[in-house]
Amino acid sequence: MADTAIPPDTAPHELGTAARRRPGRPPAPERPRRRPRSRATAGTGRLAALLVSPTLLVLTIVVLYPTLMALDESLYGPKGLDPKTGFISNTEPFVGLKNYTDIFTQAGDRFWNAFWNTTFFTVVTVSLETVIGVAMALIMHRAFRGRAVVRASILVPWAIPTAISGLLWKWIFNADGIANVLLGHQVLWTADGFSAKIAVVIADVWKTAPFIGLLVLAGLQVIPKEVYEAARLDGASALQQFWRITLPLVKPALLVAVLFRCLDALRMFDLPYILIGAQKGSVETLSMLAQNEASNVRFGPASAYAVLLFLYVFLIALAFVRLLGADLIGGAAGTKKRRSHAVRMPRRRVREVTA
Amino acid sequence: MKTNTSRTIQCSAALAAAGLLLTACGSSGGSGSGGSAQAAATSFKGRGPITYVAGKDTTGTVQTIIDRWNKAHPKEKVTFIQLPTDADSQRQQMIQNAETKSDAYTVLATDVVWTSEFAAHQWIEPLPANQFPLGKMLQPVVETGKYRGRLYAVPASSNGGLLFYRTDLLKKAGISRPPTTWAQMTADCTKVKKLPEAKSMSCYAGQFQKYEGLTVNFAEAVNSAGGRITDANGKPDVDTPQAKKGLDFLVDSFKDGTIPKEAITYQEEDGRQAFQAGKLVFLNNWPYVYSLAQKSAVKGKFAVAPLPGLNGPGASSLGGSNLALSSFAKNKATALDFMKFFTGEESATYFLKNASLAPPYADLYDNASLDKQYPYLPDLKQSITKAVPRPRVVQYGDVTAAIQNEVYAALTGKKSSAQALKDLQGDLQKLTAQ
Amino acid sequence: MTLTAKWRQWLPYLGIAVVVAYCLAPFYWMLVSSLRRTGDIFSTSLFPSPVSFENYRSVFSPAQGFTRALLNSLIVAGITTAMSLLLATFTAYAMARLEFRFKRLILTLIIATSMFPVVSIVVPLLKLFTDIGWINTYQSMIVPSMSFTLPLAVWNLTTFFRQMPDELEHAAMVDGCTRGQAFRKVIVPLAAPGIFTTAIITFIAAWNEFLIALSMTNKPDMQTATVAISKFSGATTYQTPFGSQMAAGVVVTIPLVVMVLLFQRRIVAGLTAGAAK
Repeated sequence: MADTAIPPDTAPHELGTAARRRPGRPPAPERPRRRPRSRATAGTGRLAALLVSPTLLVLTIVVLYPTLMALDESLYGPKGLDPKTGFISNTEPFVGLKNYTDIFTQAGDRFWNAFWNTTFFTVVTVSLETVIGVAMALIMHRAFRGRAVVRASILVPWAIPTAISGLLWKWIFNADGIANVLLGHQVLWTADGFSAKIAVVIADVWKTAPFIGLLVLAGLQVIPKEVYEAARLDGASALQQFWRITLPLVKPALLVAVLFRCLDALRMFDLPYILIGAQKGSVETLSMLAQNEASNVRFGPASAYAVLLFLYVFLIALAFVRLLGADLIGGAAGTKKRRSHAVRMPRRRVREVTA
Repeated sequence: MKTNTSRTIQCSAALAAAGLLLTACGSSGGSGSGGSAQAAATSFKGRGPITYVAGKDTTGTVQTIIDRWNKAHPKEKVTFIQLPTDADSQRQQMIQNAETKSDAYTVLATDVVWTSEFAAHQWIEPLPANQFPLGKMLQPVVETGKYRGRLYAVPASSNGGLLFYRTDLLKKAGISRPPTTWAQMTADCTKVKKLPEAKSMSCYAGQFQKYEGLTVNFAEAVNSAGGRITDANGKPDVDTPQAKKGLDFLVDSFKDGTIPKEAITYQEEDGRQAFQAGKLVFLNNWPYVYSLAQKSAVKGKFAVAPLPGLNGPGASSLGGSNLALSSFAKNKATALDFMKFFTGEESATYFLKNASLAPPYADLYDNASLDKQYPYLPDLKQSITKAVPRPRVVQYGDVTAAIQNEVYAALTGKKSSAQALKDLQGDLQKLTAQ
Repeated sequence: MTLTAKWRQWLPYLGIAVVVAYCLAPFYWMLVSSLRRTGDIFSTSLFPSPVSFENYRSVFSPAQGFTRALLNSLIVAGITTAMSLLLATFTAYAMARLEFRFKRLILTLIIATSMFPVVSIVVPLLKLFTDIGWINTYQSMIVPSMSFTLPLAVWNLTTFFRQMPDELEHAAMVDGCTRGQAFRKVIVPLAAPGIFTTAIITFIAAWNEFLIALSMTNKPDMQTATVAISKFSGATTYQTPFGSQMAAGVVVTIPLVVMVLLFQRRIVAGLTAGAAK
């Protein structure tokens, strides 16, 4: 029994109405058998619907409605100019999927360039942010004195509005700015080229590594100390502790952080736009393309770009949910073994405390 | 027929056009502007509160002028809606307002390059040209407010490029007058750079970062070499030997170091920074630099001149802002009166004195007391009088993007100037064909 | 041996120093730039000399309306955070503790909604809000902001709630608590670090929102801090008001830092309270 830590997702079953408030029932010790999922009761379903619906309602109003409108919009072409009057017509012609096919044919080079830029930024910045963020969290977790100050200070980069931090980095990366003074060498960061990519990566990682750091730190804080004590008694080295205990236990928090960072990075817009500028091939992202179309009053093609970007982001998110669903939402087996192993100890302790 | 078309002719011509092309006018906006073609007095109805929409103004001068108006017209008060400072956001907000057909914005302060686009989309109303003192204004400035020969926006302020140069260094090198041609300018530089204190200096810079400033500088180079980007009818005409000479001046200057290589990242402020730090002998920039540089290390060591060109003084691009009337607004009669008041010579004098805004009115440049306050005014007048507006096309956003792409490629050596101009001509033809 | 032990003792502090330096160095540059005089902004010296508060004076000059803008930001971000957390807590509880059909689908849907580029939903939203008369209201900024804060909050809270041992909850329910009470008295205090962190992140995301706030308001006394900053300008058109932008950046960042420092105790308190139970 001690070796079957409770997989969190089985909990709801016992919480079914029948099991509720049975006075005198001895606390926790016996583990009920795992029941099949399909046994979710009607009551639970109703409660769940009640709890979930406000969120869905809000999201429907603010996102679903505009998104559907954008989808519809993406089927219309730009308004035409009447050469005789010199006026733009009032109606947009229905063009079906032409906006989409145009993206892959006429504007193909620019689209793929933006696609690869977007992917490059996402992969590079999110990887760096994960490593730096986890390191930050570990360091903050170890430090007991001054943690408040440290936590407040790592929040600073994340707290500065992107528009402002874009300006700040633009200033830093100016031809005669502090970055070049410190380097002792003039790099033209904001010129169109690879250095511009690096500038964006540096600024983005600086800004958002704390986001991952904070979420991971919160994940670390809910790990009971007993786990580590037990591991130390077993003679695990610091590195082993990290790989075997810390990482599996913060994995859900870390994954959510990484997922949201990915989604954000895929939609990256303000930072390259402000720091480097519009229409620079080396940093142009898909969002910037969509914005560029919209700013030239071609709402149809702009929506088509937005829809494509949405699909791309959606696929990534879906892959996350599918691959890592067990850690994120629970349910399927998979990583459970390792986790249950790690969690075993504290659960037992906690039980003793409560009992 | 070109400038002050009489109202009746204008109106009937437009009505005829409307009759032929029902789609163009019949459903224009449905906002009560009822066929914006019927310009003139008939459509300027309604009196009451209106709004004035412009970028934020820290000098407080706009509010002062509005307060003056409000005091005299307590029932037709104007509220100042302030937009972000950068022009792109301003344009975006105005377009959003038009797309939602909102009556929140009445009088719009538009950039000189937006007129064609706003007019073609019928976001702004045609204005009765004979009700504004356009004859007293500098002609190139008035042109920026027109689309297909009709007035859609009234000039409120203007701007032109100036050549800032180091008087102290030129004098030491034995040069008494500022250069009027590019060849003179580079020759002067060679002399100046022989001075020990000028050894590490660069010769010239403008705005060469890939943004609107590059279009401005490219247009200046082309126009100053006798070329043009678009002809009088708005057809692209940039693949010419003259235009190539203009672009070559920039490309070659980058190659031989006349323009420092970091200038490829320069916007207005970077150039000012370099000039104030004593890194540049010559700088092409807007007049605003004057008063700021007077407070810097180069104080008293510089002066201004009109931009140089290939064979004589060059042609500047035009800056500045115009007033336009939103098609979806209410109280258009009040709006028209307010526009007259705001763009009047009295207001322009006030803006010049208190906010250093270059006026559209010719005679203000010849005012002795103002010249004392702004020693650059005579040169600016010359600059603006000779100035050429940037291409006036409906798809300005795409046109300027295409220019920036090709010119940037030429400046960074990715394309030859001949190839860049050829490609640019092709791009522009595609864009203006629509 | 003792040497390594000493290293061990000091290593975390060294690490902290590195982390703090990494995070604060660019911020320091912001601070320094904000303390320079307008004429000195191009300087690259590491200390402002002389120190000038002229940028701060211009930020808080009545014409900028920045104090009011800060208050608006506080209201918008505060209500957005409170409402997001409230709704997200319900939803996350269901996700973490209840078994029902379409769970994965709903979670995917929730996250999918946060993916559409804001640039593309602004115009439809603007049309909608113009029709229902929401222009220049707080709700026109709060409700759209929830489109990106709510998914973030739901997902975060779900993972934190799932980390809580169910036994505690069972025990509480066995002791006579209702499900709601058990949740409130046991889970919430225990998940405090997670809830708090989610709150900070939600708040900051809402605090930094710009495009929606810009589009939905056109009255100066309704604008938020980020919108107000975008309206800073130099004395003339082309002059970049870099100094006052940086000063404003410092001003909008400080309240967040103070808030974190203030709430810090709460988390610790929450933790101990949960353990004592």
